[in-house]
Amino acid sequence: MRQTRFLHLYDGEEAVSVGVMEALTQDDAVIATYREHGQALARGVDMKCLMAEMMGKLNGCCRGRGGSMHFFDRARRFYGGNAIVGGGLPLALGVALADKMQGRSAVTACFFGEGAVDEGEFHETLNLAKLWRLPILFVCENNLYSMGMAVERAEADVDFVHKASSYKVAGEKVDGMDVVAVESAAKNAVDRIRGESDPYFLECRTYRFRAHSMFDAQLYRTKEEVEAWRKKGPIERFQTWLEANRLIKPEELSGIEKATDAEIAEAVAFAEAGPLEPVSELERFVTMAEVPA
Amino acid sequence: MNAPQANAAAARMTYREACKQALRQALSADPRVFLMGEDIGRYGGCYAVTKGLLEEFGEERIRDTPLSESAFVGAGVGAAMAGMRPIVEIMTVNFSLLALDQIVNNAVTIPHMSGGQFAIPLVIRMATGGGRRVAAQHSRSLEGWYAHIPGLRVLTPATIEDARFMLIGALADPNPVIIFEHVMLYNMEGDLAPDVTAVNIERAKVRRAGKDVSLITYGGSLFKALQAADSLASEGINAEVVDLRVLRPLDTKTILESVARTRRCVIIDEGWRSGSISAEIGMRIAEEAFFELDAPLRRVCARETPIPYAAHLEDACLPQPEAIVVAARELVKPS
Repeated sequence: MRQTRFLHLYDGEEAVSVGVMEALTQDDAVIATYREHGQALARGVDMKCLMAEMMGKLNGCCRGRGGSMHFFDRARRFYGGNAIVGGGLPLALGVALADKMQGRSAVTACFFGEGAVDEGEFHETLNLAKLWRLPILFVCENNLYSMGMAVERAEADVDFVHKASSYKVAGEKVDGMDVVAVESAAKNAVDRIRGESDPYFLECRTYRFRAHSMFDAQLYRTKEEVEAWRKKGPIERFQTWLEANRLIKPEELSGIEKATDAEIAEAVAFAEAGPLEPVSELERFVTMAEVPA
Repeated sequence: MNAPQANAAAARMTYREACKQALRQALSADPRVFLMGEDIGRYGGCYAVTKGLLEEFGEERIRDTPLSESAFVGAGVGAAMAGMRPIVEIMTVNFSLLALDQIVNNAVTIPHMSGGQFAIPLVIRMATGGGRRVAAQHSRSLEGWYAHIPGLRVLTPATIEDARFMLIGALADPNPVIIFEHVMLYNMEGDLAPDVTAVNIERAKVRRAGKDVSLITYGGSLFKALQAADSLASEGINAEVVDLRVLRPLDTKTILESVARTRRCVIIDEGWRSGSISAEIGMRIAEEAFFELDAPLRRVCARETPIPYAAHLEDACLPQPEAIVVAARELVKPS
């Protein structure tokens, strides 16, 4: 049985996650959004488990309880997709604080969209992060729309780096369609955060090629606008850059594409073959018998 | 309340002091435990519960927060996920509404939603209740709201002993626990028996045995119910008083056993009656002990208004011993 359900695609925003995750180590932590398929894949969460999770299967990363908006992977310190805009920001404070209090040098990368900046949690969290000098990399994926609300219709000030600076959190804008630029900025940021135990803010300007979710008729933007951004697509751009700099051979490219197709096919097969969790297990984990080691 | 006679070894203390000793014990016993909240450090706590702990344990573990309930409660959730044992103080239940998203959408969903990968061993303490003439936005009793939510444990210590020892059980629980401290109890004095070092956080407790009617209550209303029971005794009515102690998961067994003994029941709740914990208790009795009853169920709850400022209005709004007496008397000796 294949279930297709509620889903918020990440197409167009790939460079943000891939670039940031490249800058992290396995000891670092990640707080994600509800558009976290890309964030989870870039973090190295197994694609098979993600696909099975989206199909609501027992072999999904969360036994089919979380679905597309709630991937968790304890082993990779992936602290979950969050379906409440801004809801993950306070969690980042806690994870970073726990790391700091326990003497770990980990950085917490906290992803959120520009829509989260409208929420009080953004402001409360940035203030506390700076006040307590917590090692958090704030990654604002600015895709210009919070669902259908254009950023300039929602924000009196669309300069997010400026907003962060009002809490004395240093930051910069980066081209979120350019994976090389994102990775470079993120690496510098992570080094700085680790060295100074101080938060940092990255605004990654990007664009979502697809609808907000599968129920979105996209009445709020034009096809021409989408097409113009598609021409700046991060995958195509990176590929062109690699080719122009002779960093990749054609056969390597086709090899990557083939391997990716195979990985996806394998993930779909794994998910489709996966069992469903017995209904008798429905109430399991509502409360936990112990804290997992 | 009917406190045991003081003996040589019993320690006399206030409810506030019992709460503080519990925190001190928790901080001393486990380096993963730390406190976060508004004015818990330098100010010493809005109700002086944490006074002196900053000097004793330092700023790293007694963390004064800005007025950012959502952020510091969420920080508690995150820290619990990453190996700490935070105790978050929200000044009053009224302000917890500003952190509701972190409690209801994160703390209680993540264990289930992650397929059991993460537990949230978080303790949240907050003051609750009315009676201090501080008007509607400082006087709510929303314990029943929180008791609605699967995944939470909701504790309402009413005695010195529970104030002193429930925290230890709460910290040992791998799940989020909310402890409600009724504002009218902080100054209450009582004796702490020297041989008690722990209490369970599972069961309700019969605080006064009786055979004619069960008065089921919790928190600040416990002492009103006990006072009512004294009055009823002078009329020849022998009331049993059940202190729920834990609103979630509710100890239905103790409730049903009491009702089976007395065959009559009044539920006393400082929350409003509509959609309340008192309604839940009544319904459980109706579902499981209907044929044990000799009289209809009764409730004494807060009047369905915001809690008013003026003393005579607030008194009229909240459950009072006289109203409990009237309700119980009507069940036992119908006019």
